[in-house]
Amino acid sequence: MLLLKTAFKNILGAGKRTWLNVTVLSFTFVLMVAYNGTIDGWKLDARRETRLWETGAGQFWHPDYDRFDVFTLQDAHGLVPPTLQNCIQNGSLTPILVTQGVIYPQGRMQNVLIKGIDPEQDIVQIPTWELRQNTDEITAITGSRTAQSARLQRGDRVMLRWRDKNGAFDAKEILIAHVFETKVPTVDIGQIWMDLTQLRQMTNMPLETTYLIASDRCPIYSDTDGWIHKDLKFLMADLDSMIRGNRVETIIIFSILLAIALLAVFDTQTLSIFRRQREIGTYVALGMTPRRVTHLFTLEGTCFSLLSILVSLVWGTPAMALYAQIGYKMPKMVDDMGVVMGRVLYPVFQPSSIFTSIVIVVGLSALISYLPTRKIAKQNVVEALKGKIV
Amino acid sequence: MGTGTFTALKEINLNIEAGEFIGLVGPSGSGKTTLLNIMGSLDTPTQGEAKVLGRSVATLSTKESAALRNQSIGFIFQNYNLLPVYTVYENVEFALLLRNMPLEARRKATLEALEWVGLTDKKQSRPAQLSGGECQRVAIARAMVKRPEVVLADEPSANLDAENSHHILQMMSALNRELRTTFVFATHDEKVMQYLHRIIKLQDGQIISDHVVTQNSL
Repeated sequence: MLLLKTAFKNILGAGKRTWLNVTVLSFTFVLMVAYNGTIDGWKLDARRETRLWETGAGQFWHPDYDRFDVFTLQDAHGLVPPTLQNCIQNGSLTPILVTQGVIYPQGRMQNVLIKGIDPEQDIVQIPTWELRQNTDEITAITGSRTAQSARLQRGDRVMLRWRDKNGAFDAKEILIAHVFETKVPTVDIGQIWMDLTQLRQMTNMPLETTYLIASDRCPIYSDTDGWIHKDLKFLMADLDSMIRGNRVETIIIFSILLAIALLAVFDTQTLSIFRRQREIGTYVALGMTPRRVTHLFTLEGTCFSLLSILVSLVWGTPAMALYAQIGYKMPKMVDDMGVVMGRVLYPVFQPSSIFTSIVIVVGLSALISYLPTRKIAKQNVVEALKGKIV
Repeated sequence: MGTGTFTALKEINLNIEAGEFIGLVGPSGSGKTTLLNIMGSLDTPTQGEAKVLGRSVATLSTKESAALRNQSIGFIFQNYNLLPVYTVYENVEFALLLRNMPLEARRKATLEALEWVGLTDKKQSRPAQLSGGECQRVAIARAMVKRPEVVLADEPSANLDAENSHHILQMMSALNRELRTTFVFATHDEKVMQYLHRIIKLQDGQIISDHVVTQNSL
């Protein structure tokens, strides 16, 4: 307690030098919290949106289905086994049929995936109710990214060509009944959603399904009758790996920021020991052991970070509260990057993340403060009392 | 700083009794500060034995010698060596804080020490706001507050004018009489010598004379 009190007194007494260090450290700390909050906010939002729009609580795949291989789609479908059929009946699973197609907007040719989905489903947030149109036309909905690239709008008609079960081509004009907005590009880019029954008729594949999306109510969590269960860990692996990649970038950025901030602390400590020789000698003469003086100086360096956290609380709390409200507006180009990301990122400040930032800042500043102070223990007290640098 | 060795003290045979008011006198480089540092267990002899308050300085661990300084030895330095960010009160109190003395006892002892040196009204001032004489009085209060058995003063009057020098020497002389504290000075200041009861003259690291000052010689 004595050391802590003395350390605080000494750094407060050092005036501008202290406040310079505290300002740099505080800025770094708040920036770390803000950046972590943004990444956490994005991560939570991306996972939530992906679950709501695409993965549900998990999926069951036909054994031949590979979402990254369009060439196998022709054979990647089959009848749903009775166990899973029961879940479809009670609404805890919804079947999706996927096939390849081509649309011809304004005479151009554009490959698409045609996905059939039950208009009555409520497992994913794709607005499938828009497929219930009172018309004889084939209706489809699509995401805004596809609509933009094909220059389609709600109410437009576009020629769609597809192949049926036997490989025979057929084509017909479809009505774009709705263009939906989603943060999840993987249910949007290059995809046309239509009524499952309609698609089954068009492809001559009655009762056939490519994969099933499960809700939380689905009681089955394992492979069933040859249909492979894919959990959220698998389905979100790409997203998680992207977030992990982002964490690496974050660590690099923070390392640079912290290095700059801690360099100031290191310099101050080194200068302090250089300038305060007589004071060090006095502490020893008054009855402190050199080791205790080392602790005092280390604590002084650490106190910069403790003080910076207090200062950060003062200005950082309102700043982060404001940031949490207005968020960070992303440039429009991120839409085309295939990343699950809203137009505005809202940070989420998790206590564990803030605590980690505190531990990193305090821990590193303690270490950086300790390095130059090791010299004190080896010093000649008599020379130190005279103010001589040894 | 060279790499060769230098013998600061040799053939020193000296015994100081409790309650003495003595001075180590000699020109610069005669070894008086080295001898004082050994007495304060800040330094150790390379040969021979130095016992302070019955304990051999060379055999003390770092912790033990720190405890000895904290409990029994007070230091007064030529340049005062006050802690610049502390007030007068805090500078004096610091020695007691190291002893983990309870707050109330600490406060009482600190105020009493400040009263001895007549600085009660300056207790909230910082060293930078004090004159040289006042700084040295704070240093005396800091040395005396823990009621040490020995006070070691290295050129205490070197940075003071005549009036201040006499003032602090009278003060230390009074404390020596009242509290029976042993005072050892390292000095070559004539003003200090007037107050000493025993003068040990050093030259080239050796004692060349050791005599008790009688009333007549003062």
